[in-house]
Amino acid sequence: MNFATGKEQVAASGQSKGTTHARTRSKRAWREAIEFYLMLSPWALGFIVLVAGPMIYSLYLSFTDYDLFNAPKWIGLENFRYLFTSPPPSSVLWKSLAVTAYFTFLSVPVSIAGSLLLAVLLNTKVRGLPFYRTSFYLPSLTPAFASALLWVWIFNSKFGLANAFLRSIGLPPVQWLTDPHWVIPTFVLMGLWGLGGNTMIIFLAGLQGVPVHLYEAAEIDGANWWDRFWAVTLPQISPTLFFNLVLGIIGSFQIFTSAYLMTGGGPNYSTYFLVLYIYQEAFKSLHMGRGAALAWILFVILMIFTLLQFWLSRRWVYYEGGEAK
Amino acid sequence: MRASQSVRREPVWRVAALRIIPYSLLYIILTLGAIVFSIPMLWTLSSSLKDTIHIFTQTVQWIPNPVHWENYLELFIRLPFLTFIWNSLIIVANNVVATVLTASLAGYAFARLRAPGRDFMFLLVIGTMLLPGQVTLIPRYIIFNKLGMIDTYWPLLLPSWLGGGAFEIFLFRQFFMTLPTELDDAARIDGCGTLRIYWSIVLPLSQPVIATMAIFNFIWSWSDFFTPLIYLNSFQKFTIALGLATLQRSAEQSTRWELVMAGAVLSIIPMLVIFFLGQKYFVQGIALTGSKG
Repeated sequence: MNFATGKEQVAASGQSKGTTHARTRSKRAWREAIEFYLMLSPWALGFIVLVAGPMIYSLYLSFTDYDLFNAPKWIGLENFRYLFTSPPPSSVLWKSLAVTAYFTFLSVPVSIAGSLLLAVLLNTKVRGLPFYRTSFYLPSLTPAFASALLWVWIFNSKFGLANAFLRSIGLPPVQWLTDPHWVIPTFVLMGLWGLGGNTMIIFLAGLQGVPVHLYEAAEIDGANWWDRFWAVTLPQISPTLFFNLVLGIIGSFQIFTSAYLMTGGGPNYSTYFLVLYIYQEAFKSLHMGRGAALAWILFVILMIFTLLQFWLSRRWVYYEGGEAK
Repeated sequence: MRASQSVRREPVWRVAALRIIPYSLLYIILTLGAIVFSIPMLWTLSSSLKDTIHIFTQTVQWIPNPVHWENYLELFIRLPFLTFIWNSLIIVANNVVATVLTASLAGYAFARLRAPGRDFMFLLVIGTMLLPGQVTLIPRYIIFNKLGMIDTYWPLLLPSWLGGGAFEIFLFRQFFMTLPTELDDAARIDGCGTLRIYWSIVLPLSQPVIATMAIFNFIWSWSDFFTPLIYLNSFQKFTIALGLATLQRSAEQSTRWELVMAGAVLSIIPMLVIFFLGQKYFVQGIALTGSKG
């Protein structure tokens, strides 16, 4: 609100001098409001045409049968009935949901813990810090399509580097991408390569915001490094942790590129993630209605998770009341 | 109580050891980590320079012998890779310029202007940040299809002109709010209009946030796989992402993995260039996201 003081002063002095100034003041407010909406208009147009309109349209589509060529046919809840209740061999939805959830709940905790650990290690006064930060950050810049290809080659069961490593330490080779039991852990492992990316940097910023005097106080009380981490660092960075957790879950529910390029959803639907399913239904089978229904299912799931996290956050996220900016 | 504890002095060597051991351990962990993290990239680079005989062996050969630089040449002969790169660059340039312009405009309005309904509008902006893109994906496709824009660049170019994204608007607003308003007021007294203040006073002061947003959008546009996959069909219009995917599919039959690896290396180079050029903006920008989020 600070930014308005100048104008408010002008306005206030106008008010004391009579009604003509009051009129110019309201005129100015009008002008400002019009300017506001003019400057916002590109976004507002985009919001209507690309977000709000499509959302309503997609809700409508989810109750129809539509193949792009014939007019959409209203079929009520048929899409949802089909998706949820088809008997197992054809009910891909449950499989897809299970696989997506499995991936999310394996990969999010592992990568959040990993990035936090890395951030803690990099938040020390090590020499050559820029070098370390760069070498951990760079992998996260690799485009997903490029890293998918790179990992396909590394996890190649015959000539890949991963199995060469296992052989060299006397372990049997693993069918990384073709064994249904291994493929999700393999995806999680791949995700670890991006550990030093934006999540880690956000943690680093959070860590640097922890007041030094808290550590000093803890040290005087005889706290060892683990106590300090547990009782000072963790509560202090809990808003950052929360932020990364929310974004992490949303992001990993939307995994697509690596699965599309590396496994195509296989073997035996083990990586048939939700977005891959949406893509197949909408753009390969041209079941636009069913695709829209799937997208809404994804949306509702993410909403529930996000709201649940916000609700749970009241118990564990610590906001410093007095010092909050 | 504390006094009685400190009387028992610890021997000097122990104090020294307690200081040195954790630090050397830290160096060892970090160095090992840095090596492990660079292995995939080094392996890709190494594979891209091998010939078919050396790429399909079970013995690990880090330094290719002989080195086949001509793999990169072959890449450009086999596929119109130059066209792919050019196509990607056009899309990237458009999205960077469009996003910076329209998002900063909206961000400025939110930061400096007062209007009824402003807070509600801002809530809408934030709301779209949490909206998964898949919900609007299919209707967007249908709309672009009805407009006859499938297999053109319009679906990839237009959206960034319409607000440029919630995240960008949010960051621009946050940055503008840190700028002192005295400059605006002085300019207003000198007779500057709002647009003029935005353009010739606020934007020139906002170079850090503009650079950050430009860098991020460069990376996102270049790395985008899904949008071109859905909207582009003709080979000549492919972006580098689609070009590489095509190469991979053909490689699975012709087993030319060294070419796929060369393509992957090529697609990473622009990311490296932009990283080393704009290094300082990375940390700043990302940190801004997290601390204000």
